[in-house]
Amino acid sequence: MARYLVPLGIFLVIVVFLGVGLGLNPRQVPSPLIDRPAPAFDLPQLHATDKRIGPEALRGQVWLLNVWASWCVSCRQEHPVLVDLAKSGVVPIYGLNYKDKRDEALRWLEQWGDPYKLSIMDSKGVTGIDYGVYGVPETYVIDKAGIIRYKQIGPLTPEILRDKILPLVRKLNV
Amino acid sequence: MYKLLILLYFIVGCAAGSATAAEAQPVSDDPVLEQRVLQLSNELRCLVCQNQTIADSQAELAVDLRNQVRVQLRQGKSEAEILDYMVERYGDFVRYRPPVKMQTLVLWIGPFVLLAGGMFALLRYLRRRRQMPDTDDVSQRRLDEAVQLLGGKEDGR
Repeated sequence: MARYLVPLGIFLVIVVFLGVGLGLNPRQVPSPLIDRPAPAFDLPQLHATDKRIGPEALRGQVWLLNVWASWCVSCRQEHPVLVDLAKSGVVPIYGLNYKDKRDEALRWLEQWGDPYKLSIMDSKGVTGIDYGVYGVPETYVIDKAGIIRYKQIGPLTPEILRDKILPLVRKLNV
Repeated sequence: MYKLLILLYFIVGCAAGSATAAEAQPVSDDPVLEQRVLQLSNELRCLVCQNQTIADSQAELAVDLRNQVRVQLRQGKSEAEILDYMVERYGDFVRYRPPVKMQTLVLWIGPFVLLAGGMFALLRYLRRRRQMPDTDDVSQRRLDEAVQLLGGKEDGR
């Protein structure tokens, strides 16, 4: 009996491992920046290029940093979710306009709506590297002390917003 | 269908990248520096085309990261410092040869454990087979019959 049970046991272990492996998304690489201070930057604003902004200016509030670009297809997909969130006024959203051309970015916002308090221009993508961006869109939840608490890689969906981001924002706002 | 399209997009994107990117394009005219850039780029994973190094990949992020490597080497930073810089931002996954630590232990010793297990099972099987008597499946009654047929001599077999 044991001579059949042992191979069966090994087989089941392999099935479980492979099954779990199939369920994981290889594009979701855990960020080492979670629970670390949001990397500093000093970049021009998209609408007023003469004004610059950094994360220190946003201390004292919980905010979202959404990395987007007009060339990014998935950004279009998540855009309505951001517009709705901005309307609800629960949490301020700041945009990091990643490796984009200014006129195209402005046109994109005009066409699809602007959910951002303001957008920050990272035309060279250097700040993107500091934030470990590799798959636009990405969204960071940053707390009152300027610590990154969560990172969403890929488009936001109403489910992710409801199950992960909004509960976290509520907790951080207490 | 939608997921399939995304998958296709990545496959085509990666394939197109690898077709044109045999080597990192030299940008500066300093061959020693370019050699170091290439060497270090071979240690770093492109997170867009995950099975390629940033030296192989022509994804935009890989180009940016190679430039970053070049800039930092020119600033006089060491290879280890630049690796740390990348790991701080993208995690251990960015290294093609992950460091040995608690989380990566299974990755490093897992194959050897499996190999040892396989060897052990094989040796045990071989030893058991050698100890197996040849006459295992012949009953004593049949043996007695055979002895009788051969003329009653016990040692006649």
